[in-house]
Amino acid sequence: MSKKPSPPTEKNEKGAAESGYGRTPVNAELSAAQKVGLYRMMLRIRRFEERSLRAYQAKKIGGFLHLYVGQEAVAVGCCSLMTPHDHVITAYRDHGHALAVGMDMKSLMAELYGKVTGCSKGKGGSMHFFDPERNYWGGHGIVGGQVPLGTGLAYALKYKGIKGACLTFMGDGAVNQGAVHEAYNLAALWQLPVVFVIENNGYSMGTSQARSSAGELSKRAEAYGMDWAVCDGHDLYEVRSAVDRLLKLARDQSKPSLLEIRTYRYRGHSVSDPDTTYRRKSEIEEYRRTKDPIQVFHDLLLAEGVLTAETAAKIDEEARAEADESANFAEASPYPTSESITQDVYWEEDNPSEKKSRGRIFFE
Amino acid sequence: MPVLTYREALRHAMAEEMLRDPNVMVMGEEVAQFNGAYKVTEGLLEKFGPKRVVDTPISEAGFVGLGIGASMLGIRPVVELMFWSFYSVCFDQILNNAANVRYMSGGLIHCPIVIRGPANGGTNVGATHSHTPEAICAAHPGVKVVCPATAYDAKGLLKSAIRDNDPVLFMENTLLYGDKGEIPEEEYLIPLGLADVKRVGTDLTIVAHGRAVLSALAAAQQLQQEHDISVEVVDLRSIRPLDEDTVLASVRKTHRVLLVDENKPFCGVGAQLAYMIQEKAFDDLDAPIKRVSSIDAPAIYSPPLEAEQLPNPQRILNAAIEVLK
Repeated sequence: MSKKPSPPTEKNEKGAAESGYGRTPVNAELSAAQKVGLYRMMLRIRRFEERSLRAYQAKKIGGFLHLYVGQEAVAVGCCSLMTPHDHVITAYRDHGHALAVGMDMKSLMAELYGKVTGCSKGKGGSMHFFDPERNYWGGHGIVGGQVPLGTGLAYALKYKGIKGACLTFMGDGAVNQGAVHEAYNLAALWQLPVVFVIENNGYSMGTSQARSSAGELSKRAEAYGMDWAVCDGHDLYEVRSAVDRLLKLARDQSKPSLLEIRTYRYRGHSVSDPDTTYRRKSEIEEYRRTKDPIQVFHDLLLAEGVLTAETAAKIDEEARAEADESANFAEASPYPTSESITQDVYWEEDNPSEKKSRGRIFFE
Repeated sequence: MPVLTYREALRHAMAEEMLRDPNVMVMGEEVAQFNGAYKVTEGLLEKFGPKRVVDTPISEAGFVGLGIGASMLGIRPVVELMFWSFYSVCFDQILNNAANVRYMSGGLIHCPIVIRGPANGGTNVGATHSHTPEAICAAHPGVKVVCPATAYDAKGLLKSAIRDNDPVLFMENTLLYGDKGEIPEEEYLIPLGLADVKRVGTDLTIVAHGRAVLSALAAAQQLQQEHDISVEVVDLRSIRPLDEDTVLASVRKTHRVLLVDENKPFCGVGAQLAYMIQEKAFDDLDAPIKRVSSIDAPAIYSPPLEAEQLPNPQRILNAAIEVLK
């Protein structure tokens, strides 16, 4: 069992409804439309991921594809609390966060297809989605490598005197990387407004947490004097409650924290993972049956009278249609030109009117 | 004209840019209270305060990555590596994040960061502290790499590097920090990618960068005096971007080339130059191109042997005579 340094009072209320967290202020203040919006967002992520898997199987998508199916409540719950000065950065399982911050599904699917209409013009691929206008800083392929960057985004906020925070996501496999601990130390040492979020889906690729990490992941924050918490990532309300407190700590007091969100992925590490060597099918089925974040929220909203079965079905239909449309858009879009290979490498080359340097910058 | 040391010239460049732009800040190990491990940042804390001159823990991947992240949001960090030799513990941050993030975002992001510090052998500190990573870094599109040889160049190039919107890896030399040079009172900038002919000559072109330029100049002097050979010395100043035109103009004048590089020979800067020269000035060459690099082994500790391992004036002179045979 994890010790929580300051157990949220709302947890004591748990049991009255399916989620005691529905009554916490950050959730109670949601309108019916906002709640349905959160449900819709989770469903859009799931249908996007399923559609991209089909495209991958049809060999429309190259490289790796790390699906977010099962973890939807984490990205949607966290990103739903962003204010205009909050920022997000994550690792390579980045499609859910991209949709959750409001990126256009078409541009994401086109990126997977390697098309010029993709969010990174076909230059980044699945692991490298970005949208700085929406404060979304990627999409990073090296495990843990984004964590110092997120700490730096928080540093910039503090330097500029901006009241905001950086949600810095990582997987449970990232917690043993040196750069992650270096970032923890700097964030705590300099009291930076960052919320480190470990999306603990139980497996770092094919190695379970028990086989890869000593001790408790979130408790490591204590060594750095950081606030920390653990929450259930299958209940969107609980995610929102937990991250709301820590975001406020960052924004209002410029204090870093570490939040471990227990979640689960239904698919392999990537779609090339046959998923037969390190866990049982029954385990996946058990999660799907009892803890699916979309089903859990669906049932809560039904019980609250906010959602009807008909509306839910309609939302699902729309999400599937949108995903199909994104695939059609990607299919119809052109590939980048050969000339574009050497564009977007250097700011200066892309802005020739402001170029100051001389000499050759690209070589043959 | 005032005379400043190379380290003072660097310090003045940072101070001027910090005065000009409030987003410019300095961070690194011992840069503030300790006044810099090599005193390059001496006095900056007093002048600019702890918000803009920041001591970091010994945590290169952490603070280099943090600097890159901050630069994505518009801060312009000048991050000191106490030794560029420590690039290996933050290589992922430099080459996957600083170099790649613009590309992978389709041009939506840029990283106006300078990472600076000494990158040299010759100080008898053994292999771990004597790396010269300019070639390995310049092999990565997305970054710029600068290696100043004189105080004047150090100041003008660092000011340009700080204003540059791309990540600039600025490689200095501990053996040059005390070297003096004339520095104009008025502000000046030296564009990246512009080489400098440090000595005009007619018989042989030596192309070098960093401290190798000074070794080449010493050899050139001796060649003139003892062998009546007129050597032109081209200082690249910047490795990427690379001023091919100045190199080629000199080659077309002298028709003989010696490349001098304190880096190791395999895939070094000289290898790139030799390829470029044979491709673009093949008919102008009267002799095969020769190179003098660091002798191909990890940096040796033993002081007299390390002096031999690096391209010293005697090795350069011997190679020059070979080219002219």
